[in-house]
Amino acid sequence: MTFFEDIRQAIKGLYSLVIGLRITGRALLTKTETVHYPRQTVDNIDTYHGHIEFVPTDAPDHYSKCIACGTCARNCPSGCITVEKAVLPPEIGEDGKPQKPKKAKYPSLFHLDYNYCSLCGHCVENCPTNALRFSTDVYLAGFSREDFEYDLIERSRKALEDKE
Amino acid sequence: MIPTIPAELLRLLIFTVAILAFVSLNALILVWLERKLAGHFQVRPGPFEVGPHGLLQTLCDGLKLMGKQLVAPAAADKRLFWLAPILAFAPVFLCFLPIPFGPTLLGMEFEIGVVLILAFTGLSVLATILAGWGSNNKFSLLGASRAVSQAVAYEVPLLITVLGIVMYSGSLNFSEIVAMQGSWPWQWNIMLQPLGFFIFFICSLAECNRAPFDLPEAESELTAGFHTEYSSMGFGLFFFAEYTNMVIVSSVGTALFLGGWHGPFVDGWWWFAAKVYFLIFVMMWMRWTFPRVRFDQLLNLSWKWLIPLALINIFYVAVLVKI
Repeated sequence: MTFFEDIRQAIKGLYSLVIGLRITGRALLTKTETVHYPRQTVDNIDTYHGHIEFVPTDAPDHYSKCIACGTCARNCPSGCITVEKAVLPPEIGEDGKPQKPKKAKYPSLFHLDYNYCSLCGHCVENCPTNALRFSTDVYLAGFSREDFEYDLIERSRKALEDKE
Repeated sequence: MIPTIPAELLRLLIFTVAILAFVSLNALILVWLERKLAGHFQVRPGPFEVGPHGLLQTLCDGLKLMGKQLVAPAAADKRLFWLAPILAFAPVFLCFLPIPFGPTLLGMEFEIGVVLILAFTGLSVLATILAGWGSNNKFSLLGASRAVSQAVAYEVPLLITVLGIVMYSGSLNFSEIVAMQGSWPWQWNIMLQPLGFFIFFICSLAECNRAPFDLPEAESELTAGFHTEYSSMGFGLFFFAEYTNMVIVSSVGTALFLGGWHGPFVDGWWWFAAKVYFLIFVMMWMRWTFPRVRFDQLLNLSWKWLIPLALINIFYVAVLVKI
């Protein structure tokens, strides 16, 4: 009986080959999904996770909810975030002498080196004030490494200016 | 001067030049078509940027290939190594010689054209072996050894099915075999011997090392198989030969089974070209659909299925001829 069983299997196999051809044949006739980038761009980038940016606020001179605690920088496995607290101008104390300068609750510098970022999102998740989010910058292209190093405070300031 | 040159020689000369031009243009277009079809079978556009719809892509790739350095491995057998790509490409002219593209459009009338083609397509296997052996590389050698057993396994059913056609037509001359078939599809040999055409097509896929039988150059296992060590036009000639071999086996299939230049309404070379390129399209379609067979499957398919089926086919043809 194995002889007839072999023949049955062979016919079944041949039929499966025809099914395969039918599937690829149908694919050949469907319209391609590709977006030809320089001439066309995709429109649904709302869910895209690009590099981090500040959640826009109207806070003066640092334009963010950032309190410069440095949690993001400490949690970054790639070490691509540099945060510096702003330093307030020294106040004159009660004894008339200038006191030790106080650190402010906002950053003077928030530097992101996107070249090393692995987009893990630890910075966004651990931010105590939810000051960070992912941007929707899809079309990034540059000729040097420096093109992908961002000053996020400067970036927020520009975004605010463009809005106004 | 001109009258002293024999007409036959002049015809051969024109044929050689024309075939060289055809083969080069054909390779450029087929490589483009292959990549384009590969793209569209996967719902993407394939080459698109160079020229209209990427048409000039292969021309640029070819120029790049020519600009590259010819490197032979230090431990290679230099003579065999460089002989192989030439040997892969050289028999192409001979194989085109007896193929009737149209009623009068052929290189030379051969009484034994079928035998000539079968003999010289076999040479491409020799080129593969020499390339694999001469490279002194384990991948190349494995590819070459696969090519040998594959060629031995698939020549047999191929010859038996071709024998079926020869028995039926009583001729080894391509022109006569084509002339015996009529203009309409039901007058072609494929209607009488569908099994024969089926076996012939599978064997021709295996003969020109096309997927799913591309074991001598299986990329995922042997890097590039027998042409791993080849660079520049050494590789280019193998590439040329592969696409030209596709045209040759499709032409033979067309002449033997599909009525050659016969076709509905008006006979002519255009029917021949349409059938050849349709067969090539099916080959590409199969390449981008089927996964590569395992080596034991390849040999089992030939020895356990194709050869018995080919024998049944030839028995059937013998009965047919007697009736």
